[in-house]
Amino acid sequence: MSLSEHLPALLVVIPLLAAPLCVLLRHPLYAWIVALASSSLTLLAAYQVLMQVRDGSVIRYTLGGWSAPTGIEYYIDSVNATVALVVALISTVVLVYTRAISQKQLVTDKHYLLYTAWMLCLCGLIGIVITGDAFNVFVFLEISSLSTYLLISLGTQRNALTAAFRYLVMGSIGASFILIGIGYLFAATGTLNMVDLAQRIPEVQESRTILVAFSFLTIGLMIKAAVFPLHAWLANAYHHAPVFVTAFLAGTATKVSLYVMLRFFFSIFGADYSFAQMFLTSVLLPAAMAGYLLMSLVAVYQTDLRRMLAYSSIAQIGYIVAAISMVSVTGLTAAMVHIVNHALIKTALFMSVGCMMYRMGHAHIKSFDHLIRSMPFTVMAFIVSGLSLIGVPLTAGFISKFTLINGALDRGWWLVAASVLVSSLLATVYITRAAEVMVFNRNRVGHPQPSGMNEAPVSMLVPMWLLIGLSVYTGINGTETLAVAEQAAMQLLGGFE
Amino acid sequence: MSFVASMYNYWIVIVLMMAGLYILITRHNLVKKMIGLSIFQTSIFYLYISMGKVAGGTAPILIDEAVQYSNPLPHVLILTAIVVGVATTAVGLALIVRIHESYGSIEEDEIRVQEAEDAQ
Repeated sequence: MSLSEHLPALLVVIPLLAAPLCVLLRHPLYAWIVALASSSLTLLAAYQVLMQVRDGSVIRYTLGGWSAPTGIEYYIDSVNATVALVVALISTVVLVYTRAISQKQLVTDKHYLLYTAWMLCLCGLIGIVITGDAFNVFVFLEISSLSTYLLISLGTQRNALTAAFRYLVMGSIGASFILIGIGYLFAATGTLNMVDLAQRIPEVQESRTILVAFSFLTIGLMIKAAVFPLHAWLANAYHHAPVFVTAFLAGTATKVSLYVMLRFFFSIFGADYSFAQMFLTSVLLPAAMAGYLLMSLVAVYQTDLRRMLAYSSIAQIGYIVAAISMVSVTGLTAAMVHIVNHALIKTALFMSVGCMMYRMGHAHIKSFDHLIRSMPFTVMAFIVSGLSLIGVPLTAGFISKFTLINGALDRGWWLVAASVLVSSLLATVYITRAAEVMVFNRNRVGHPQPSGMNEAPVSMLVPMWLLIGLSVYTGINGTETLAVAEQAAMQLLGGFE
Repeated sequence: MSFVASMYNYWIVIVLMMAGLYILITRHNLVKKMIGLSIFQTSIFYLYISMGKVAGGTAPILIDEAVQYSNPLPHVLILTAIVVGVATTAVGLALIVRIHESYGSIEEDEIRVQEAEDAQ
């Protein structure tokens, strides 16, 4: 077998091997180099894998040659290949960015631990995405979650510790619910392989065991994906974690949970069971709508930029869940596109906030008076990605919102379409509110004017603008992302081969 | 009554699970919260292990006398879940130690008071 056949395994193995290597090296710089190199290799492998499944084919990689359903297999189609590529991309870009800011915000002897936990988290996230085994999802979920708690607890203030602990409690409950759900699925079908599960569930789907499994999995995944009203852990965690960790997590952690949701609802249980028989739409849609309307409103009143963006993240998850509950090709395309686009946009936004914190030491909106004079590139980055978040034409956010509203109108859900527009309007308010402070000089007394340029280091600006460039490019030329997303949507609705 | 008696293993699971969740929700002491979480997770271990038992089945070891075997897979799965549970408890307790170092307390209401002061 050639190397390219083992790419699915390498996706998980490369970061997993890098983690202990970082511990052994202990040197901040070397650990960073190892982490960056392995993250880049993972990115390369993820890109290769996506290219292999781009024609609609499926990779079924059997670990150790034990064929499914006896052995564990990795099942890769264009749905999870896309998500894996996004995860690897965000990790690599943010790692480049992290070097400069972590030197300022983290004591030197903790650096290698940061990169170790980062690599474990990357390994877990990629593993969740590409595995074709239901129990494996739980194992990888816990690998990524445990390392996420560590990453969050590295925050500069002591609040980070309590935020990490609260997330640990919520996260463990969510993961345990998923474990119970998988247990009941196994009890009813006698298999853990996803393809096998999808074939066996229809025979027993009238049983109460499947109903219980479905309910536990839904709740567990809603906690993990921070779907309103189970979102409370996210705002604290994103606020108090180190800003570079937040940038990494905002683009990856919740997106991966949303992918698992898609996989279970559509591929394993089947759209017919989940939505026609279990009335999932009437559970998800109100939660999603309440989520994006309320959380956008809450975001308007935040005084800290990180907290504002955290609430905005919960709102954006609401859009994706609303798109999922449409159960149509357009709806699922919107969900996939927004998973990708929001990852790019929100990461770039958190990175720009990180640049501000690098110079100012905090993220209080009101003290960013006329920041554009000293940090023009950072403020411009914030504004451009903010516009993308709102969904202004020529940005990635526009493509998402356009597809989302299209999907809602296809189903005749006028109220959903209207509420998405209202929520976008609220996004305009909170982005403008922050941007206004940064751009205009209000000459308030007690706020000394920074003189001259005081930009963040180039090693932080370049990766940030790279992401923004990507998101603007996908905004102007959305054909490729839309094509991949549409193919993913078709594969989700069509079930396993 | 026979329904309760024949399903006694699941009743144990439910009682343990609810006890764990109850501790988790009502106790303000962080260590007690971790105990609740552990009990909650342990109940899931019981759920898996008891569902693998086949009536009349022996341990899955190749011996001549054996006619029927219990399903070993749930045990193997739960071995992994136990490791995960231990890791979660370890990380949780480590965080509690750090919280105690920086807040001087592991009572949630006292920590909240200090957090409110931090925010100002």
